[in-house]
Amino acid sequence: MDKAAITPEVHSDASYNCSYRGPKETIYELSEVGRSCLEAPASELPNLDLKAIPLLSDYLATDEEGPTLPQVTETDIMRHYTHLASMNFGVDGGMYPLGSCTMKYNPRLNEDAARLPGFASLHPYQPEYSVQGILQIMHELQEDLAEIAGFDATSLQPSAGAHGEYAALMAFRSAHLVRTEGKTARNKVIIPDTAHGTNPASVAMAGYQTVTVPSSSEGLVDLDALRELLDEDVAAFMLTNPNTLGLFEPQIVEINEACHAVGAFTYCDGANLNAILGVARPGDMGFDALHINLHKTFSTPHGGGGPGAGPICVKEELAPFLPGPVVTKFTHGDTGLDLYTLAMPENSIGRVRSFYGNVSVMVRAWTYIRSLGGDGLKDVAHQAVLSANYLRVVLQDHFKVAFDTTCMHEFVLTGAPFKDAHGVRTLDVAKRLLDYGFHPPTIYFPLLVDEAMMIEPTETEPLKDLDAFADAMIAIAREIKETPELLQGAPYTTPVRRLDEAAAVRNPELRWRKD
Amino acid sequence: MNYISITQNQRKLMLQRVDAASTDELYEVVPESVRLDSVPKVTGGMSEIDLSRQLAELANINVAAHEYTSFAGAGCYDHYSPAFIDHLLRRPEFFTAYTPYQPEVSQGTLQAIYEYQTGICELTGMDVANASMYDGATALVEAAFMALRLTRGKRKVMLVSEALHPEKLETMMTYASSELIDPVFVPVNDELITDSQAFLSLLEEYAGEVAAVLLPYPNFFGIIEDVSPLIIAAKEAGAYVVLDTNPIMLGLLKRPAELGADIVVGEGQPLGSAMSFGGPGLGYFACTQKCVRQLPGRLVGRTTDVDGNRGYVLTMSTREQHIRREKATSNICSNHALNALIAGMYLAAVGSKGLKDIATDCVTKAHYLRNELLTTGLFVSPKSDNVQSFGYEFPLVYTGSLPITLWHDELFERGYLAGVILAEGSLSNEDEGHLDDTADNSAETSLVLFATTEKRTRAEIDEFVQVVKDLG
Repeated sequence: MDKAAITPEVHSDASYNCSYRGPKETIYELSEVGRSCLEAPASELPNLDLKAIPLLSDYLATDEEGPTLPQVTETDIMRHYTHLASMNFGVDGGMYPLGSCTMKYNPRLNEDAARLPGFASLHPYQPEYSVQGILQIMHELQEDLAEIAGFDATSLQPSAGAHGEYAALMAFRSAHLVRTEGKTARNKVIIPDTAHGTNPASVAMAGYQTVTVPSSSEGLVDLDALRELLDEDVAAFMLTNPNTLGLFEPQIVEINEACHAVGAFTYCDGANLNAILGVARPGDMGFDALHINLHKTFSTPHGGGGPGAGPICVKEELAPFLPGPVVTKFTHGDTGLDLYTLAMPENSIGRVRSFYGNVSVMVRAWTYIRSLGGDGLKDVAHQAVLSANYLRVVLQDHFKVAFDTTCMHEFVLTGAPFKDAHGVRTLDVAKRLLDYGFHPPTIYFPLLVDEAMMIEPTETEPLKDLDAFADAMIAIAREIKETPELLQGAPYTTPVRRLDEAAAVRNPELRWRKD
Repeated sequence: MNYISITQNQRKLMLQRVDAASTDELYEVVPESVRLDSVPKVTGGMSEIDLSRQLAELANINVAAHEYTSFAGAGCYDHYSPAFIDHLLRRPEFFTAYTPYQPEVSQGTLQAIYEYQTGICELTGMDVANASMYDGATALVEAAFMALRLTRGKRKVMLVSEALHPEKLETMMTYASSELIDPVFVPVNDELITDSQAFLSLLEEYAGEVAAVLLPYPNFFGIIEDVSPLIIAAKEAGAYVVLDTNPIMLGLLKRPAELGADIVVGEGQPLGSAMSFGGPGLGYFACTQKCVRQLPGRLVGRTTDVDGNRGYVLTMSTREQHIRREKATSNICSNHALNALIAGMYLAAVGSKGLKDIATDCVTKAHYLRNELLTTGLFVSPKSDNVQSFGYEFPLVYTGSLPITLWHDELFERGYLAGVILAEGSLSNEDEGHLDDTADNSAETSLVLFATTEKRTRAEIDEFVQVVKDLG
């Protein structure tokens, strides 16, 4: 294909202007005998003859038996990873409108905060009186998240959204057992067909059966269909609100009431909390529990896949079952000072991991809340929703909007008409966007929408970036009609081009080996 | 500061475009009854200058590890992390990226994880390692669930050594309460190792039901146990063998694969991650080729692009929640990719020799510290004869004159984190959970777990021992 044809016509200084670098050998292939980077400190003690120690000696590896790791210098490493970095797209590079992922800007103050030695260099078992600062932050975060989401108590222990889902389901299990004096934890959990995959997977790990309720033609919970499914075997109903189509559930209060009427708990997947910060609270809607993705709503970085944090907030009845430890505050008798301590909730489901959760992520989220305050959080939601609606309106003449109504912080397009008319799939559109310098939206989710493209711009995108993205999408819509083969071959400008995923599965090469 | 760069004027233009008079109008679908009439009551709206001052103040309330000399481990270690790591970690292309679902613009993350997977395979001798779990505790639990699937749900019993980290045991208990798995705990004997007799009889008692045995290497107390006979017996009983490991010690010890492990897990924090009050670290997870279809979590594989260039993709995703939903091998989605990136960098930095030397240095210092502490006459070994088969962590019973917490506080006051107190006073205290079994139940016992990393110097150790001696 000739170069002029594949280079997008629409260029904008908003698009990612990094000159990607091409494929690179692994660090293992850079290895040269005798090179090193980090060495052990100079020996100050007489050699300990490990081979003379009974038992231990039986388990010592010979040199031949040990691991083969690269022999490289610091320069090699810096060059290597700098090259790798240049093959990546991040939020700082350009717009990253992944639906349901809330790829907002990651403030640098938060990064520095997490790295302060007073937070980063604490041992989890050092005396509590020596960690009052971090415990205060954790306690304030617990309280703030409960206030923002409308709940009574928070556990910061879960490491990610899915981990929070699991923990809440286990709390429901315990609460049902307490309610029925040990007779039953019930056996079913209902989820909508638009649910994130983690919901049913967490349900399974918590030992429940998943029952799926189909959405209505408006892309909302079909309350009648839900009522049909609700009975006294239902432990819980899980719902993302706004849902994964970017729509707020207008019957949310009735939905929660219907579930409560049969004694089921309701769970809010908080992935989309960004849309309603300071506007409405899941707790007020009647939900019994929710998780919050600090790495979405509260601006902590996604880290190429993690670590995030998935704290859960619950209503009073569930508070005793929260995973722990959690931080509690008390007033010191003699001095009247506020002090903080780690404690297990009364009937805790127990730990869901070691220690107290992803503390450095908590520091970032706390810093974000202190930066924004209540008014700032409300601005976030209003702008996120306005930006999404703006893009929806700008794009609706060029793409089919799956559910054409005012959306919340994200909306879903369907590429189905292009597939039928031009043989161009959503995957092709996504890959072509890469040539225009944008990260594609979430694609093929939610499953309900054929050839879905789920677009979430977030509040932090400047207007000119939103416009540049829209221009790119519109240019691609034109290309679909004029040069569909161009899209089917995209991308052209990335470090590698389309990858053979089927071959990766057929013939798995999951680690580097010396040939 | 709210990081929004759209101006009020631009907002007006955008509102015109969407045909709304105000942003409130966009929320008309939200029922009045749940709409807030005031914003959440949280402190905020602070300037960066004021906030950074407050952060510094809060951080200063804490006593950070550079302000004291640490002899504490117990699952979180004060190892040295090379300076370059944070410089690379601050590259926004790494930390501001999402999960690499668009491989063409995520080759940096994907290749780094592929190299991390290679490093974990090298450390453990296993065929496959995943892209990370949350931590060592959840990795251990996932190993049990994997064994359940490998035995097609027919075997639910997990023989779990109580010589594993108590918080790992507690996490296992939480995950067991849905009754999908049935952990049976193998007690620790008075040598602070897995009771092999009890292990063998439990294996016999649950013949045909044991999906996996979960053993420590080294154990929570730092002791390298004689796991080989237990592994052989487990294999004969048709159980999968899960070893929980310390990654630094794997620079020195025989690799789990050679001992016959099927699944190897561990807490990866020692590989360059900050202690960060216990999180985030990472859980590493490796297994043999024959188990790979049941592996939880993400996996990066190598392939080629349409031009024949080498490239990397997330692969075998049909195991995962976004495809397989309730039948997925785990609910994990977000993992600890950035900590895996750190671990990959760390392994490249140390190389085989560096890792072995660092492990040797840690072990040498630990053995020196233990001998020195014993010579003070204030400590005894928890076992009658002198156990020497430990790595860089070891337990001692304090027999001095002070109550153990006071002793510990007094030393902290003097600038030392004198290990981690495992049990104080009478060990029949129910709150101590699994640690009940860790020592003699009769005595007024004060069990302390000490660790030394390569960061400790001889001078620090000598001074510490002198201070301990003076304190009595």
